[in-house]
Order: sequence, then C-alpha cells, then structure tokens
Amino acid sequence: MAGLELLSDQGYRVDGRKPTELRKIQARMGVFAQADGSAYIEQGNTKALAVVYGPHEIRGSRSKCLHDRAVLNCQYSMATFSTAERKRRPHGDRKSSEMTLHLKQTFEAAILTQLYPRSQIDIYVQILQADGGNYSACVNAATLAVVDAGIPLRDYVCACSAGFVEDTPLVDLSHVEESSGGTQLSLALLPKAEHLALVEMDARLHQDHLEGLMDAATRACKDLHAVLDRVVREHLQEVSTQLVE
Amino acid sequence: MRETPLSNCERQFLVQAIAEKKRLDGRQTYDYRNIKITFGTDYGCCIVDLGKTRVLAQISCELVAPKMNRPTEGILFFNLELSQMASPAFEPGRQSELVVKLNRLLERCLRNSKCIDTESLCVVSGEKVWQIRVDLHLLNHDGNIMDAASIAAITALCHFRRPDVSIQGEDVTVYTPEERDPVPLSIHHMPICVSFSFFQQGTYLLVDPSEREERVMDGLLVIAMNKHREICTIQSSGGIMLLKDQVLRCSKIASVKVTEISELIQKALENDKKVRKEGGKFGFAESMPNQRITAYKMEVAPVDTGDIGKKAEDLISNTEPPSEIIPSPVVRAPGTGQIGEGLQNSWGLDENEDGEEAEDQTMEEELQTMDVKVKSVNKEDPIVLSDSEEEDVVVLEPKIMKKEVKVQASSTAASKKKKKKKPAH
Repeated sequence: MAGLELLSDQGYRVDGRKPTELRKIQARMGVFAQADGSAYIEQGNTKALAVVYGPHEIRGSRSKCLHDRAVLNCQYSMATFSTAERKRRPHGDRKSSEMTLHLKQTFEAAILTQLYPRSQIDIYVQILQADGGNYSACVNAATLAVVDAGIPLRDYVCACSAGFVEDTPLVDLSHVEESSGGTQLSLALLPKAEHLALVEMDARLHQDHLEGLMDAATRACKDLHAVLDRVVREHLQEVSTQLVE
Repeated sequence: MRETPLSNCERQFLVQAIAEKKRLDGRQTYDYRNIKITFGTDYGCCIVDLGKTRVLAQISCELVAPKMNRPTEGILFFNLELSQMASPAFEPGRQSELVVKLNRLLERCLRNSKCIDTESLCVVSGEKVWQIRVDLHLLNHDGNIMDAASIAAITALCHFRRPDVSIQGEDVTVYTPEERDPVPLSIHHMPICVSFSFFQQGTYLLVDPSEREERVMDGLLVIAMNKHREICTIQSSGGIMLLKDQVLRCSKIASVKVTEISELIQKALENDKKVRKEGGKFGFAESMPNQRITAYKMEVAPVDTGDIGKKAEDLISNTEPPSEIIPSPVVRAPGTGQIGEGLQNSWGLDENEDGEEAEDQTMEEELQTMDVKVKSVNKEDPIVLSDSEEEDVVVLEPKIMKKEVKVQASSTAASKKKKKKKPAH
C-alpha cells in the first residue's frame, strides 16, 4: 500500500501507538466447562481461542506413542470469517500446517512432557478475528489454556511480533503493518531465563539491525508476561473465592 | 516404509564424538561438505550436490492471468518434492510435516525476500503475467536438504532464460528461442540458507549436518542470507531453547559461509556461460564422471610409511612365535602312518566315494598287508556305498566306526577295489 506511513515523523504508528507499545490485551481463562483447559485472548483486534485436552491416553495410532514423554497434538485453524476476505480453507493449507508445526515446537520446549509418558496432550487454537500477530495471539492463548488445565510448564510462553521501519523496531504488528512487506520477526520467549522457544523472521533485514530488533521483541515479551501473569492470578483468586463460598 | 530407528549405541557414539568436536566425515564444526553445481542442456535446469545430498531444480515459465490483488506482478510458484528414491523413509502419497516445513521455508526465503523482481514479469497489466514455476526434486537424502534446495533454486533461477516479449500497442508477441534469444530473469540478490544443528540442549553447534547428525540433533536453526549481509529468513525448529547470543553468533557464521557459496555459484554460472558460448559440450551427460564398474575409482588414501621398518620390528619382537606342534606320526599298522588326529567324520559314508577314486595305486599294496580282520569288518558291515539318500542310514557301532574313520582314507578305495575284486574271485 503505497503512501501509507507506518511511522509518522512524530513517532506515531498508524493506530496511534508508539513503536514500543503493545496493543490492549484482554484475556479470560476457563471459558469452556467441557475442556480441561481453555482461554480466550484479545490483542487489539486479534481474537484467539485456545482449548487444551489432556494429558490423556493416546488416541488413534499407538505407533506415535513415546515411551518417555507425552505426545503433543496441536491444531491451528482460522475461522472463515476471521479475515477481510472469506477464507475458503480453515485448516489444511500450507500456512496453517506451518503454524501448527510452530505451535507444536514451541510447546514441546515449554511443557514438562517427561512427567506424562505414553500420553497425549491436545492443544487446539482457533483464530476468530485476524488483525496481525496471529502466531503471538495463539501462543499466548495456548499458554493460558495450558495453565488453566493444570499441566506443568517450565515458564510462561510469551510471544510477540516485531517489525523494522526506518531504523526503528516496531512491536506487536497489526495487519496493516504486516502486509506492507517489511521485516517481520516472531519470537516466543520464556521470560525468566530469556530462552527463545521459537525464532522466525521474514523479509530482508541487515545483520547489524538484528540485535536491536531481537531486544525490542524480548522486552515486549516481558511486558506481555506481566500482563498474562496478572490475568492468571486474578482468575485464580476468582476461582478460589468461588470455591470457598 | 518406516525409517530404521537409530540404535542407542550409535546415537551415543555420535553425541560423544560431537562433544569431542569430531565429526564422522572428518570435517570441522563450521565446515561445509563439497558443493558441486552442474547444469543441464536447457536453461534453468541444474543439479546441486552437497556432499551426497543431491537436489535437481527445474524452472519453467508460462503466461497466465495475474492475481486479483496484485495485477502488475508476476507469480512465483515453488514446489519441493521428496522423491522416493532419496530415502526409503519417503513414501508416495500424502507427504509428511517435513515437506510442509521445507516448502514453507523455501517460499519464505525466496518469495518474501523479493529476490526476483516480479514487476518485470508483467506483460499486460491485469491480463497477462509470467508465472515462474520452480520445481525441486530431492534425489538423494544425506542430510541438510534445505541448504542444497536453496542453492539449487537460486542457481537455476539465475541460469534460466525466459522467452522475449515485445508489445506494440495492443499486440503482444512472444518470440520463440529461435527468433530471439531468451532473456534472463532480473534477480536482485541471492538468498542462501545455512543450517545449524544443535546438540545437548544448545551446548554444541554444527554447520551443515549430515543425515546421521540430523537424527541425533535436538534442534535446527536455518538462517538465509545474501552476500550483502542481509538476513532474509530465520527459522528455528525442533524443541530447543536458544539464547539471543547463539542466534547472533550463528548469523555471523552464516554471513561468512554465504559469501563463499555465492562465489561458488557465480563461478559455476560463468563457466557454463563460457562453455555454451564457445560451443563446447555442456549438460548433465558431460558433467557426470565416467563411472564404470570395472574401473571403480577410489581416492588415494595417504598411508604413512615413514617408520614402517621400525613398526615391523617392534611387532616381530613383541609377538611370541606360534607354538609349533609337530605331531609325531602314529603307526597303526605296518605300512600305514597317521599324522594328526583328524576330525570325527560327520558326513555320510557315501560322501567319500568320489574323493578316493583318485587315490594312488600304492594304497592298494599297503592294504594287502592289512589285517584280515579289518577286511572282514569291512565286508560284513552293512556299508551301503550308494548315492541314494533314501537308503537307511545305518548307524555303525562306535568301536567299528572309529576304525572305519581311521582307515577310511586308505581303505575306502580299497573296499571299492575289493568289490571289484570280489566278482573276480
């Protein structure tokens, strides 16, 4: 989209944020009664829903069973109404399969699968409205859902996207900023030890700018961690007061 | 078919070797395997050998209608296929996660980085654009498919020539290669993937993992860069956790490697251009080395013969001489001698028939002097000297058998001869 300034002279982005500002985050845990764990997150206009089942016995082929760990089964799908133009295939196309693989990889690093040999943990994520930062919203929602399900995690998995415009790193990209074709970095971080569960980058970026971009994304993930932590504690308080009554 | 699982001892061996900074093929940690690039007779066809991993790339083009939301841009289509000949683990039909992963990475590396100028592929805006199709086939899997595939794709794209097009007002003329020379694609830069494999939760790092190393690795980091030190793609996979410093260090290593590989590609392209211009022979047939079964060429392995004399002397002095057991001959009967015990003959008696036919005549004379007892034993025993296996095998009494064995060599011929003599009697 020619002529659209992603970063104005005063340092404001298209939606009025500063470069290091995250979008407004609202989250709820325990959305579904049926599932073991569920969570709903809204990051700006991006809405994601995550549901976790497990750990339970391996369904389907026994051959996938691992003798010392739990198997992680992820599925990422986008609702047909989630994008500006109606999506014909909610899942099964290459991009969704790739997202599924990334989700799986991220959570395999974070969940203590050694505690559940010969079991399976299912994580299903659905995007209800896509406005940029799909992967990050999925990962954040899935983290909350896993915490809600009571599955032990090494640490919160916080994900954030970052871009690079005019030598300034922009954090938490929206759809407009993503589709402009600039650099895009997605990072999934375990905040305490600053371990990167996933690093993914598209489009050209000079090597010298890489460190700056990664630092910006790391800081954003840490901010996100504070928000998610607050959400979990509030939810816990709510639930425990309900139990007491 | 399912991949043969890696045995635990092999896995341990590999991991331990990596911990000691040793690789199976003798490479250093940051060394690439031998890269060989060969071109086919057509433009846009090339084979890349990365060690033993072999990828074939073929570019083709077609005039199609452009995408709705991008009417002035050409279309790039990538397809990487893992051929069943590459590895027994690859099955036909629905392909696995690996294919999705490789394809997506290739697409992101080459399409999103805008290495090809898609605007130049437009012929008539909104109606006709060139669709460039890159088909990659993995011919042999020996690890690190991604690197080989990216090198093959970009080299083939640089090598490809599309038909020339001219527009006069409303008329569009596409010239055949005979009418006008085909035109190369406009390529801005050459992104090349470099793969890093991590072991022991990120403690050890290897560049360009071979197939065995891939099996034991914890995770993989792929960084695609061009020689201008611009990173085109970063992708981490496998369930490992990385640190920021590791990623930065890998990007530095990648920039060095990419410069080397880019030079190699340029040289190969220039060579091919030169050969074609001079009218020499080119194509796959010329580039394949002559491999006759009768003339299997092995690389000469250097053997250190410096101190061979001393080594030999050491060996000789240290080893004990073999114990010499010379059995003393045993005289069973006058005229016979036996050296060595021999083994218990577990074959059927009929087996010895053939061998003894050629026995020399002297044996006969010796046997004349043998005990009559032995003879009679020979006659009376129900020895069936026939080839038929259906005959009952008669188990001889041990005592007699022993004697039989010992005099077997000398007397079977005799018994035959005796038989012959019998009718004569």
